[in-house]
Amino acid sequence: MGLELYLDLLSQPCRALYIFARSNGIPFEFKQVELMKGQHRTEEFQKVNVLMKVPALRDGSFTLAESIAILLYLARKFKTPDHWYPSDLQKRARVDEYLSWQHVNIRGKGSKLFLMKVLLPLLTGQPLPPEKLESVTEELNVVLKQFEEKFLQDKPFIAGSEVSLADLVALVELMQPVGAGYNLFEERPKLAEWRRRVEEAVGKQLFQEAHEGILNVKNLTADKIAPELLEHFKHQLLKQASQN
Amino acid sequence: MGLELYLDLLSQPCRSIYIFARSNNIPFEFKQVELFKDSVLGKKPAAGSGAEQPRTGPSNSEGASKVSLLKKVPALKDGDFTLAECTAILLYLSRKYKTPDHWYPSDIQKRAQVDEYLSWHHANIRANAPKTMWIKVLIPLFTGQPLPSEKLQEVMEGLSTSLKQFEERFLQDKAFIIGSEISLADLVAIVELMQPVGVGCDIFEDRPRLMEWRRRVEDAVGKELFFQAHEMILNIKELSNIQIDPQLKEHLAPMLMKMLK
Repeated sequence: MGLELYLDLLSQPCRALYIFARSNGIPFEFKQVELMKGQHRTEEFQKVNVLMKVPALRDGSFTLAESIAILLYLARKFKTPDHWYPSDLQKRARVDEYLSWQHVNIRGKGSKLFLMKVLLPLLTGQPLPPEKLESVTEELNVVLKQFEEKFLQDKPFIAGSEVSLADLVALVELMQPVGAGYNLFEERPKLAEWRRRVEEAVGKQLFQEAHEGILNVKNLTADKIAPELLEHFKHQLLKQASQN
Repeated sequence: MGLELYLDLLSQPCRSIYIFARSNNIPFEFKQVELFKDSVLGKKPAAGSGAEQPRTGPSNSEGASKVSLLKKVPALKDGDFTLAECTAILLYLSRKYKTPDHWYPSDIQKRAQVDEYLSWHHANIRANAPKTMWIKVLIPLFTGQPLPSEKLQEVMEGLSTSLKQFEERFLQDKAFIIGSEISLADLVAIVELMQPVGVGCDIFEDRPRLMEWRRRVEDAVGKELFFQAHEMILNIKELSNIQIDPQLKEHLAPMLMKMLK
């Protein structure tokens, strides 16, 4: 039994892993965990990750959660090209800096927008009040500005002249609000250029394949969600929406 | 000009960096940033005593802003190189100064366990622990409104859930997160958990396994250093005696009330 990656491509961190592994020719078994069907809450999956989250990795008897940890583990184990996580101390620190900051910022706000614009209305059957949408969009806009000014600046990629884990992690997160209908690249030419570069660096076809689900998420209807999960999801999402 | 670390020991990530650097004898210049003095113009709280008196510099806050365009602390300046984000700084220091292996083990599975905790920490322990300080000390201080008890309960419940997951997934029956030796993961976790302790929510009280772990971490870094780093937060109640400019209170109150909702 080789390397197993437990993924649902609707999830941003899962996409980062999928793209990274495929782009680097890392052999793995794709174990689909459909969140909408509640497959992350099965006893079987809990053996892989007791925290019931995707992505998760199983390598023999070794299990690992958290996409950042998994990305770094794969980079080290499969000795991927240096630029992904540069051995230069300062460049590496730049990647670490972004990977740390992004949790509550790009990831936090992007997820929140997706949750409020797509998931909550889907689960509650109620439309999102426009002021709420405005407010959560504004929060995202603030961190997008910080991303451009602090992390990207005038460089082709976050760490400098080559793509790294930081760019990959950033871009998959930004595709979530895009999937929700907020085309944040439209009026941000610098970001749009950077996106093109990252897509090319990993392979356009692979990138598009990984994002097919999320870019068609509007087709998701409540009946696709396991009925016994509806209440649980609703409760969880309402709680998440009030945090952050 | 050597390594500069911009720190305010009221801040959890600053404490982990301070303890790590001192514990490993990494030479650095402590650039004191007083978040309250600089951000809110209150009177300076009583400075902690200890073997090393941090230097107060009125320009440190500006210096910190130049280093980090975002949050002021923690921030690192090493010649022309500047860096923000606690995890990034800890890793940079461990690599540059080649600290003992156990802090960030070369074994890729153990290393992955450290990475796993450091990642999970942000949206979990770090999402709730800091709020205890906001709710118990800062918000009442700035808004003059009494402690909102349902809000605190909500936060403590969230923190409880995270602590349960911490014990189940990360600590389990081991001495430390990666096994028999302390690593960056334990350090980052412990400083965060001292925040609620400082404001009177002793989360270790009913959790003997966590309390044992805490004792081991304190011993591993050095009890004296640990307490020196935590002196300010453990005396945070003195902050309530700070005189806040009434205009500032008015200015900040709406933002703080929003946090409460």
